[in-house]
This record gives sequence, structure tokens and C-alpha cells, in this order.
Amino acid sequence: MASPIEQFQIKPIIPAINFTNSSLFMVGAVALIVGGFMLATRKRALVPGRGQSTAEILHDFVAGTLTDAAGKEGMRFFPLVFSLFMFVFTANMLGMIPGFFTVTSHIIVTFALAILVIGTVVAYGLVKHGTHFFGLFVPSGVPSWLLPFIVVIEVISFLSRPVSLSLRLFANMLAGHIALKVFGGFVVALLGAGGALTILAPLPLIMAVALMALEFLVAALQAYVFTVLTCIYLNDALHPGH
Amino acid sequence: MDPVAFKFLGAGLACIGMGLAAMGVGNIFGNFLSGALRNPSAADSQFARAFIGAALAEGLGIFCLVVALVLLFT
Repeated sequence: MASPIEQFQIKPIIPAINFTNSSLFMVGAVALIVGGFMLATRKRALVPGRGQSTAEILHDFVAGTLTDAAGKEGMRFFPLVFSLFMFVFTANMLGMIPGFFTVTSHIIVTFALAILVIGTVVAYGLVKHGTHFFGLFVPSGVPSWLLPFIVVIEVISFLSRPVSLSLRLFANMLAGHIALKVFGGFVVALLGAGGALTILAPLPLIMAVALMALEFLVAALQAYVFTVLTCIYLNDALHPGH
Repeated sequence: MDPVAFKFLGAGLACIGMGLAAMGVGNIFGNFLSGALRNPSAADSQFARAFIGAALAEGLGIFCLVVALVLLFT
């Protein structure tokens, strides 16, 4: 029987240019997003149709999340945040189709996305606010004897942000897909065991169906959480100092 | 005892932290729900905040998962 982590194996498709199945699904996700939005916004009707409504809902949803967390000035980061949300969401959802590769179940992909976010925060914060950006690490209203410890803790928590941002998405997708595969494996094992055990085979199948529904929730939720946290971190770059 | 056995023991112990993170996440959503039932009109505006808290609490549990994975596969 196949091992539960075999599904995460990267296989080269065109070895000459290092084009792997991971690259294929990344390109697929981007093509799906771009193609879908071009198709949806082609007519630009005053009264939107089905496709245009979907595009508008997605736009308003991400714009609302961004303005809630980072205020009106946050909208200058809208292209970044919207691209991140759509990419993570589409990649997660593509991975839910059985047999498809989940791009976000590899830590290097999610870490690259997280470093992009934190890099934007640091670069924008330093360019816009200069040294005032470091006020982020010095909360106001703290007793002076406590301040050195608080600064150290704030610096550590800032440095752990890209790690936790990437690990959260990666570990959720990895653990979910392994759990699905393990329950799928139970069905095969029980069917193969023969005799009275064969009758029990539908039980893990029901569990796998329930887990599948949970995984769809997790896939959408983690894309949302990634976006919300991105917005909060961008807010730090726009308004440093507590 | 075999040193490899201690690695597996450590991986198992690291998983306790994931259970503790589960308690934290449950605490957040339980309190959110009890607050939301008392004042349903304010619930929608605090929905994102509940998820941020849950995501941060969950992140610490995921660190435990990573410790377990590192112990198992290195």
C-alpha cells in the first residue's frame, strides 16, 4: 500500500528547466485565477451577472478585510493582498481534488509567500518611517524596568512571524491530507483483510467523507487566516508604534 | 534504552503541546460564542478577531507538530 506522504512527492515533468508537478499546479492556479477573472469581468455590466458577482464579492471581501485591519491607507497594498488570498485559496482548493498536488503543502512555497509579506512590511516600514519603524518594538506605557525584557520579547515575536505564518498554512494542509490518506488506507486494508472485517470497511469511508468536508473548511479558513494576518502585519508597517 | 526510542518518546511528548493548543482554540471559540449569544448584534464585527486569536493560539500548537516531525524524520 502507498505511504500517506507519497502524495507530496515532487516529480519532474520537464527536467531540462526543472518544471515539476508543483510548478505545474502553481501555473495552473494562476491561470485559473487570471482566466476566471478575465472571463468574469469581460462584460462589465452595471447589473452584474453570475460570474461578475462572484468576482465582485471576492474583491469586496478582501477589500473589507484589508480596510478593517489597516485602514484606508492599507488599500495601496490591495494588489498584493488580493493576489496572495486568491493564490493560496485556489491552490488549497485545487489540492482538495483527489489525485491533485497541493502546492501549499510544501513549506518552501508557504515560506516564500510569508517572507514576501514580512519583506514588504520591513522594506515599506523602513522607507516610509525610517528609524521610527523600530518604535514597533517599544510599546508605550510600560514601566521602565520592564522595558528591556518587553523589547526582547517583541523582537523575538516579530522574528517568529514569517515562521509561524508559513508553518500554519503548511502544517494544516500537510496534516489534513495525511489524515485523508490514512483513512483511505483503512478502507483498502479492511477490504483486503477479508471475512467479517470487510463489513466494517464503510466506516472509515464515512469518516473520510466527513474529513473531506472539514478539509474544505480548513482550506478556505487558512487562506482567510493568511490574508488577515498579512493585513495585520501590513498595518504595523503603515502605523508603527503602539 | 535505545537512543532512537528516546527520539520517538520525545516526539510523543511534543504532541501534548498540540492538545494544549486545542484547549486554547476551544477556549477562544467557546468564549466568542457565549459572548455572541449575549450580544448577537456585536458578534459579526468581532468575528475576524476571534479567528486571529484562534490562528495565533493554533500556531503555537503547530510549533509542537514541527518539533515532533523534526524528531521523527531527522
